[in-house]
Amino acid sequence: MADQPFLRMENIHKRFGNVVASAGATIDVRQGEIYALLGENGAGKSVLMNILCGVLTPNSGEIVFRGAPLRLGSPSEAIRHRIGMVHQHFMLVPNLTVVENYLLGKESPFAVLTGLKEAAARIRALSDHYGLDVRPEAYIRDLSVGERQRVEILKVLFHGIDLLVLDEPTAVLTPQETNRLLDLLRVLVADGKTVIFISHKLDEVMRVSDRVSVMRDGKVVFTTDTKSTNPRELARMMVGRDVLMDLPTKAATPGRTVLAVENLHCNNDIGLPAVRGVSFEVRAGEIVGVAGVSGNGQSELALALAGLIPATEGAIKLNGENIRGLSPGEIGRRAMAHIPEDRHKLAIVLPLPLTENVILQRYNQAPFAKGGLLAPEAIARHTRDLLQRFKVKAGGVDSPIQTLSGGNQQKLVVARELARRPDFLLISQLTRGIDIGAMEFVMQEILKQRELGKAILLISTELEELFALSDRILVIYEGRIVGEMPPDRNRLDEIGLLMAGNAPAGGAVRPPLDEARL
Amino acid sequence: MQNVVHLSFAVTTVAAAWRLATPIVFAAIGETISERAGVINIGVEGIMLLGAFTGFATVFATQDLWFGFAAAIGAGLLAGLLFAFFSITIKANQIVVGAALNLLGLGLTSFLFRTYFVSTGQGVQIAPALDIPILSDIPYIGPAFFRQNALVYSTVLVVVAARFLLRRTAFGLTLRAVGEHPKAVDVAGLSVSLYRYCAVLIGSALAAVGGAYLTLAHANQFVEAMTSGRGFIALAVVVFARWSPVGAFFVSLLFGLFYALQLVLQAEPNLGVPYQALQALPYVVTIIALVVVRNRTDAPSMLGVPYRKA
Ligand SMILES: Nc1ncnc2c1ncn2[C@@H]1O[C@H](COP(=O)(O)OP(=O)(O)OP(=O)(O)O)[C@@H](O)[C@H]1O
Ligand SMILES: [Mg+2]
Repeated sequence: MADQPFLRMENIHKRFGNVVASAGATIDVRQGEIYALLGENGAGKSVLMNILCGVLTPNSGEIVFRGAPLRLGSPSEAIRHRIGMVHQHFMLVPNLTVVENYLLGKESPFAVLTGLKEAAARIRALSDHYGLDVRPEAYIRDLSVGERQRVEILKVLFHGIDLLVLDEPTAVLTPQETNRLLDLLRVLVADGKTVIFISHKLDEVMRVSDRVSVMRDGKVVFTTDTKSTNPRELARMMVGRDVLMDLPTKAATPGRTVLAVENLHCNNDIGLPAVRGVSFEVRAGEIVGVAGVSGNGQSELALALAGLIPATEGAIKLNGENIRGLSPGEIGRRAMAHIPEDRHKLAIVLPLPLTENVILQRYNQAPFAKGGLLAPEAIARHTRDLLQRFKVKAGGVDSPIQTLSGGNQQKLVVARELARRPDFLLISQLTRGIDIGAMEFVMQEILKQRELGKAILLISTELEELFALSDRILVIYEGRIVGEMPPDRNRLDEIGLLMAGNAPAGGAVRPPLDEARL
Repeated sequence: MQNVVHLSFAVTTVAAAWRLATPIVFAAIGETISERAGVINIGVEGIMLLGAFTGFATVFATQDLWFGFAAAIGAGLLAGLLFAFFSITIKANQIVVGAALNLLGLGLTSFLFRTYFVSTGQGVQIAPALDIPILSDIPYIGPAFFRQNALVYSTVLVVVAARFLLRRTAFGLTLRAVGEHPKAVDVAGLSVSLYRYCAVLIGSALAAVGGAYLTLAHANQFVEAMTSGRGFIALAVVVFARWSPVGAFFVSLLFGLFYALQLVLQAEPNLGVPYQALQALPYVVTIIALVVVRNRTDAPSMLGVPYRKA
């Protein structure tokens, strides 16, 4: 019984048209362990896990779970076998409450919902047990991303599963939330559950997993105990070469001011002040980072700069011209490129082909349009060019962008925005969902943009990303810039304190520009 | 004395509004259920006509009101099935299928009416007024409000039932989820199509009853195109009421009020406004309402979008 694995997926094949997503992948998972799955974007991790959880059916291959072969036709069958998944994109209905979401499909359709109270009580008990802070009566639409994820995890626990699969659970979390999640995974394992999780963040994998496998091109190429490996080796296994974790940095030589933000105010989506008097400049040839715990106004700051939400006060000057009040399109044409935080909502149109996504902002400009008509060859050529340069793994230029893996979608967005040759680049969560090989590449591209004299504002909750790229880091807290720091890893503590709203003792920090207004 | 006349005038107008709103309430509640599941059926007008004609023809032949309404519901279900097949199974554009259904309803009922009934000119027996004991004896209010036919009263039941269905049953819960995030329903192991079929069928049955009301309770005759846009008004009501059944009831009443007002004003001899202008009143109000209510954030987010499995 001891060498009978808890779960074995053997020789799994899955094709989508001419794209081979899984080419004979095999994994063994032991009961009660945390098993990490690594791999480049498009390696087939999500597909393999979707097969395990009944979302996709393999073309061939075998799954043995608890010693019995497993054939799943649907996710609900998987749940009946006590296998549950937290998807990369959440499966929660926004206009229903937490309990209602949990009961979806659990009661006979003719039943009057009498069990709501009981279910709510059970949810509350489970939530307390795992310290999850989930309120059963809350509407999903009112919850933050981190909260939604806890709701998803609790949903799976509520249904009573033994094997939990998490697909890039930390991609959208703040460092604090990530720590909380990793602790939770440990508690779950202590409770006898088994966890499989996918991540691009090697430090998380090193910290929390018992064993780790690396996938490449639809196959598992390497499996080991986490204890006996290191991030360097894992990275090499993923990418097939050494990954430079530290980028060579030259000191910036800032030129003229490209973006000047003066006393900017704006509200969040429920009308409360989110950005409260922010002033800063970004000059040509420098990368300015914005650090902060998410929810401190950085999302709204980005949206306001891009013209997607109105600023209630202040000025945004791009190349000397006040762009406040202009439409996103007009701002885009004034040489601002934007890589937004919410890729699916603001950057791409999922059902449209790659080609059309690539020319979204420039469909009516040469060379993509000639005499009012689209020029398909030029568009396809440009798309192919971007795919090649950014090593985006895709079926063809005409396939819908939703068939790309998450990281490949992000790479294409970055490629598209850089190709617009902007003066000013507004970037939120640059590396969200992309693998470390691609991360290194994308970061180098951004540095190249700096060398070309572009002004870059980099908003991120990932300190690593900020330290690697920024020339200086602004810290945002409760809608205000509370300090400016050099990207000095030795002063991590100071930044941490600033992000938490504590001004460190001593005069190390420049007083905020907007202090007069407080 | 003057005050009493005003009061009784107001009371009868409101009561008339309720009567005139009844077909719209049925259609709007039905459409609310369908749209909550993410299916927009603009064929309500056509389905109402089919219900009106089928009800009329059946009662003409059988002299039985119950048969009449049952047949109308049957016609509504058939039309709903047709709509559902094309828009859900075949995944055709819902607006196009709905428009086709409107043409079918108009064409088919006009054709059959001209072929079989136009020369007879005979009416049918209609649903009788039912006095509600005690209540109907209240001065002024009683006779106006509580001497109506059963369908008018039943609008209240339909609203309560729809609200209960959507809010308090597992079926309704799933229905709402289907209109908002069908994939989540699919992943939960339920059939999105099945729920959408059910929603469409409930919606079209109710629309057909609304239509039958016109021939079997309101008038005693079928007239070509007699729904005269009520189905479209019901569509507007759904938006205006933000996809809430209770809201749909009151908004329908509001539209009923404009129908009633229009009738009252037409009877006013020295108003100096052409009656056609007055007849346009409910429709003008519809347009104004739709312009004013621009906030569509309550709309089910997958409204009109066919669901495709991955
Ligand atoms: N529905 C689909 N249709 C066509 N191709 C698909 C589909 N789903 C996935 N693929 C392809 O299968 C391959 C593997 O995708 P998968 O989503 O498993 O990658 P991944 O390892 O999860 O990558 P990432 O780290 O970027 O999320 C990709 O090349 C992707 O484009
Ligand atoms: Mg993935």
